[in-house]
Amino acid sequence: MADLILTNLETVPGHDIITHLGLVQGSTVRSKHLGRDIMAGLKNIVGGELRGYTELLSDARQEATTRMVEEAREMGANAVLNIRFSTSSVSAGASELYVYGTAVILS
Amino acid sequence: MFIFLSQFLVPVFILALGFFVGRAKERAHFKRIEAEEAELAHIKTFSIKTLPESLEAGATLVTGNTVIAVDAFKKLMAMIRMIFGGRLRSYDSLMERARREVLLRVKREADEMGADAIYNFRLEYSSIGQQPQASGVEILAYGTAVKYKASSNDSV
Repeated sequence: MADLILTNLETVPGHDIITHLGLVQGSTVRSKHLGRDIMAGLKNIVGGELRGYTELLSDARQEATTRMVEEAREMGANAVLNIRFSTSSVSAGASELYVYGTAVILS
Repeated sequence: MFIFLSQFLVPVFILALGFFVGRAKERAHFKRIEAEEAELAHIKTFSIKTLPESLEAGATLVTGNTVIAVDAFKKLMAMIRMIFGGRLRSYDSLMERARREVLLRVKREADEMGADAIYNFRLEYSSIGQQPQASGVEILAYGTAVKYKASSNDSV
């Protein structure tokens, strides 16, 4: 993954765009599990960061990004530009993490 | 006697715990945020996309997220407030903490890779979980970390 340039800008400093290859995307739907929910319920008494959820969402977003990068790589891209994240709750306790961008070949 | 205990004392205990521990934790959190903000003040953050001329080649996406929940006492105060409507003071500080925390997380990531600035900084919110179970708000921050050319550090 490290060899692809990922950015939410429309250009990359020091590089020119040779070809636009099109939209690439990755998504995953995750639900929190019961153990985490109980821990988070306890944590809710004193407030503050719910670390279990933070990690869960961060891992899920990472997976969505990996899928997007694989798609870009299959197209022969070496960068994904203008990346956007989107999160939506599918049902109580489940979220969809979606990431999309434009695959390009940079000089 | 047992009914009295479970019906009255337990909720009061939970509220008191929320009030005292929650307040102490919030203060500690704000203190840490302020210290880290001073430490990472050299990473400039912009919500614009237009880049200055003199940048090193390359760009890297940086992301940071956090899920933050209110304590039981604040939640009760907010529920009472919702009868009349108006400003929910107890949620103001919650959002502020979360927002400043994610900004620090992306700055930290940018700092670790030796970048100087973050362009096209974006925030995204989503609410997690349902009442009265664990509920909170997630804030995701992302942007692109770039490095200024050595000679032009002051050209921004």
